[in-house]
Amino acid sequence: MVAKTSTSSIGKKVLMALSGLFLMVFLMQHLVINMLSVISADLFNQASHFMGTNPLVQFVLQPVLISGFLFHLIMGIYLEYKNNQARPVKYAFKKSSANSTWISRNMIITGIMIMMFLGLHFYDFWIPEINIKFIEGDWSGRHGESFRYWDELNHKFHDMWRVIIYCISFIFLSLHLLHGFQSSFQSSGLNNNYISYIKKFGNIFAILVPCGFIFIAIFHYLLTN
Amino acid sequence: MDLTLKVWRQKNRKDKGRIETYLIKGVSKDASFLEMMDMLNNQLITEDIDPIAFDHDCREGICGSCSMFINGQAHGPERSITTCQLHMRSFKDGQTIYIEPWRSTAFPVIKDLVVDRSSFDRIQQSGGYISVNTSGNTPDANSTPVRKVDADKSFDAATCIGCGACVATCKNSSAMLFVAAKVSQYSYLPQGKVERKERVVNMVEQMDKESFGNCSNTGACEIECPKDISIDYIANLNKEFLLAKNTKK
Repeated sequence: MVAKTSTSSIGKKVLMALSGLFLMVFLMQHLVINMLSVISADLFNQASHFMGTNPLVQFVLQPVLISGFLFHLIMGIYLEYKNNQARPVKYAFKKSSANSTWISRNMIITGIMIMMFLGLHFYDFWIPEINIKFIEGDWSGRHGESFRYWDELNHKFHDMWRVIIYCISFIFLSLHLLHGFQSSFQSSGLNNNYISYIKKFGNIFAILVPCGFIFIAIFHYLLTN
Repeated sequence: MDLTLKVWRQKNRKDKGRIETYLIKGVSKDASFLEMMDMLNNQLITEDIDPIAFDHDCREGICGSCSMFINGQAHGPERSITTCQLHMRSFKDGQTIYIEPWRSTAFPVIKDLVVDRSSFDRIQQSGGYISVNTSGNTPDANSTPVRKVDADKSFDAATCIGCGACVATCKNSSAMLFVAAKVSQYSYLPQGKVERKERVVNMVEQMDKESFGNCSNTGACEIECPKDISIDYIANLNKEFLLAKNTKK
């Protein structure tokens, strides 16, 4: 039944929305843990060690997260391709700005920018982490006597250009979320009496979460320079 | 008003088509856009040029026939109107106006500005109706109580004239606003409940067969819709479809 639903245009739309909502929940959790690095290095180290060594997180939630992200990415590109096919001859003159926002029309651009950023982010944090745990077999989370997580994070944001790239990427994330949040509710058919509150909350979420990440990056840059 | 018109000319379905430029002089600002097109065609006939084919019928914004993409917008620059309700006072003297047909794989060009919108008819035929016994025992419609809020929602959806501006405007050529309106006008009424599930499933399946694109919630369709149909109906369509697919018949 689910398979039959997902092959329809609405089914694909709903799956896109649900995977987006799932990624937004992850984003919130990621922000909360990263924000601990501003409050206390110890707290951040403990939270990071728990997330990095807990079997449920590592072997269940992490693969689910990666699958969710890959699904959202591949489905987004596939739908963009199919949508382009629906209008092979383009208009000589089209005034799209008269009836829709740039953000809503260019989710594929903001999405690709986020994807490129994730390449850098994985190179910075995820691949070294996988290397230490799964190749070197070191699950202690320690470098010498103390935990390594806060030091690694702080060290990465020593480089100004990296901080600038991260900040620009978070702006693209904000643009993506400004349309994506409320759009996911619309796609899921959850557009009800509370839609005006959902839109307002979505706008706040889309601005505050990326701003939180920008704050963390700048905080660590200023701390190390 | 003197105008420069850049009009899409295409002999038939197989022709590649191109933009042709025409100059027209002495257009009254009180003329409707279609009257201006009539003037242009009279001029072309005197110049021994094939007149421009364009759809029109009622010329009072009800039939949904006129289907022109004018200066980058479906039905031109004004809101909540069809092309026949658009007047030349919306343009400036000396202005260049682009006039193109609806662009969509599902709306192939037949000639010039006329497109084949029979894909909408096939969607409608797949479920856009209610089965009522009309053999003489038809119950009076007023004998079935309908909540005012539902009646209003149903009526608003039923104002869709099937012009195709939503498809023409949507960056993905999606027909979801049209299908949402046609599904919703029945789903809110008790008379539409009997075939509720099979209606939405059949209409969405037919929509997918017709090669329309997928909705990405830009909201452009509701802005350009001459009848101001809200994209809230698309959310309702999604809900109706999911419920129909995932619950027992």
